[in-house]
Amino acid sequence: MPDESPRITVDEVSKVATLARLILTDEELSTATAELSAMLDHFADIDGLDLEGIEPMMQPTPLANVMRDDVVGVTLNREEVLSQAPLAEDGRFRVPPIVGIEE
Amino acid sequence: MNNNRTSAVDIAQNVRNNVKTAADFIEEHLARIAEHDGEIHAFNLVLAKEARARAAEIDEMVAAGRDPGPLAGVPVALKDNMCTQGIPTTCSSNILADWRPPYDATVVTRLREAGAIFVGKTNLDEFAMGSSTENSAFGPTKNPLDTTRVPGGSSGGSAAAVAADFAPISFGSDTGGSIRQPAALCGVVGVKPTYGAVSRLGLIAFGSSLDQIGPFAHTVADAAVGLQTISGHDPGDSTSIQEGPLDLSRKLELGVAGLRIGRITDLPAGASPDVEQRTEEAFDALRAAGAEIVDVKVPAFSYGLTAYYLIAPAEASSNLARFDGVRFGMRTASTDTNHMYMATRTEGFGDEVKRRIMLGTYALSAGYYDAYYGRAQKVRRLIANDFSAAYEKADVLLTPASPTVAFEMGDKASDPLTMYLCDTYTIPSNLTGHPGMSVPFGTGDHGLPVGVQVLAPALKDDVMFQVGAALERSAPQRSTGSGEGGAS
Repeated sequence: MPDESPRITVDEVSKVATLARLILTDEELSTATAELSAMLDHFADIDGLDLEGIEPMMQPTPLANVMRDDVVGVTLNREEVLSQAPLAEDGRFRVPPIVGIEE
Repeated sequence: MNNNRTSAVDIAQNVRNNVKTAADFIEEHLARIAEHDGEIHAFNLVLAKEARARAAEIDEMVAAGRDPGPLAGVPVALKDNMCTQGIPTTCSSNILADWRPPYDATVVTRLREAGAIFVGKTNLDEFAMGSSTENSAFGPTKNPLDTTRVPGGSSGGSAAAVAADFAPISFGSDTGGSIRQPAALCGVVGVKPTYGAVSRLGLIAFGSSLDQIGPFAHTVADAAVGLQTISGHDPGDSTSIQEGPLDLSRKLELGVAGLRIGRITDLPAGASPDVEQRTEEAFDALRAAGAEIVDVKVPAFSYGLTAYYLIAPAEASSNLARFDGVRFGMRTASTDTNHMYMATRTEGFGDEVKRRIMLGTYALSAGYYDAYYGRAQKVRRLIANDFSAAYEKADVLLTPASPTVAFEMGDKASDPLTMYLCDTYTIPSNLTGHPGMSVPFGTGDHGLPVGVQVLAPALKDDVMFQVGAALERSAPQRSTGSGEGGAS
């Protein structure tokens, strides 16, 4: 467990924001760092638990790999779906250029 | 509040037997909405025109000798995170403000086929993240019993809609207590069914392994009819369990003689004295009705909050990645795609949603996955194991639903952790997938309602309802006249 103080740095929060595709101002970044640190402090209550050999629980049902039969069925109407997009053209979603991004 | 209200069961009976028309019932409810919802703000959208048209159809069916179904003519309110074809579905978020889904949620289809009439889409904490309905992009919902207080959340609009008699039944979603806590705070019945008992198809996902749709109602019997209608296997949801509809109404009158009601002796502290006292009285009432009270331990209960606030945000950060300005909802214009994603999400999501996305992203990120998300999933297993052991000694467990009665607006808004503690008693059953319900049981501080929570093992929803009905019969009458802004 990372247990240095503070639990999370401004740089780490900045990296998390980028991963989450969110833009934070410097002020928001410092607030978020304080809030996340406080939460992670609270969540340290499970640090002392012996979890050796405990199987992780992903979901509550005994179901696994549920497949439907491979048959043709009703699908959503393309025009209806595209009509709800911010921008569509020629039966497709339209987005700004993807290439030429500075990372 | 309204002491001569008509239950959903009675409305359906009246409409089916042609005693009173669906149109009459709809007009009564629409009139109350028009008069009071300006202040309460239970609804993001009132479907007056659609409801009147549907009522006319229902009445025509009855006139033609056809049965519209078990919810014939019953006004129903839907949390605004359930998809309604062609009708705005916002999750109380700016990012979806103008979106009209191209399909209906399975629950919507089933309710319509049962004769229900949708009167509106109810307000919620944005993307169902919150415990007060203050996190809505469209403004907060007020508690109809005291408009200076919150209705709870995240399904606060649905709870308030029933409390204010805008509809006898409403539906919400419960990921960590979002049905049971607002039900407690608004003095109505609220149920989270067994995970997988109700299809999640068309429920906009928050935490996919935790989310479950359930009803609010004034009575346990109405909640039973509502839940029976929407439950049962749906091939469109791969986590839908292979069972028929729940059979709940059958056991409501059976009483609790011979049932073992568990008291969790190591329940985390934190409930206020008034809530503690009502819960004690609920145990007494069930004992008096013939139940046996047994002590059980659930040692991992108190770790539920931590496990939940790592798992739910992790799932949310993944689910909410789809809101990127490409396929639906709003887009913030930009010169390249990556910046467009970021600008859209930054503008479209509110503070609490961003907070949880960040927390979840962190818990899943390289280097921290094992320490946070991985450990939380193991703790989840510990909690499930502890409940399994407790259910060998007890048929159901009884706890408070919310640690306190309805709190004042703004009270907990500044500190996220304080707000998260509202879910202490409701969270474990989302982690385990077990059913839980809140039943009003007398009043606490300020004359406000207290909810007692009944918990049961997976697929024992019927036993939970049996105990809930017994609690309802023995509950102290709530003092009337304490409401300031409620419909009467």
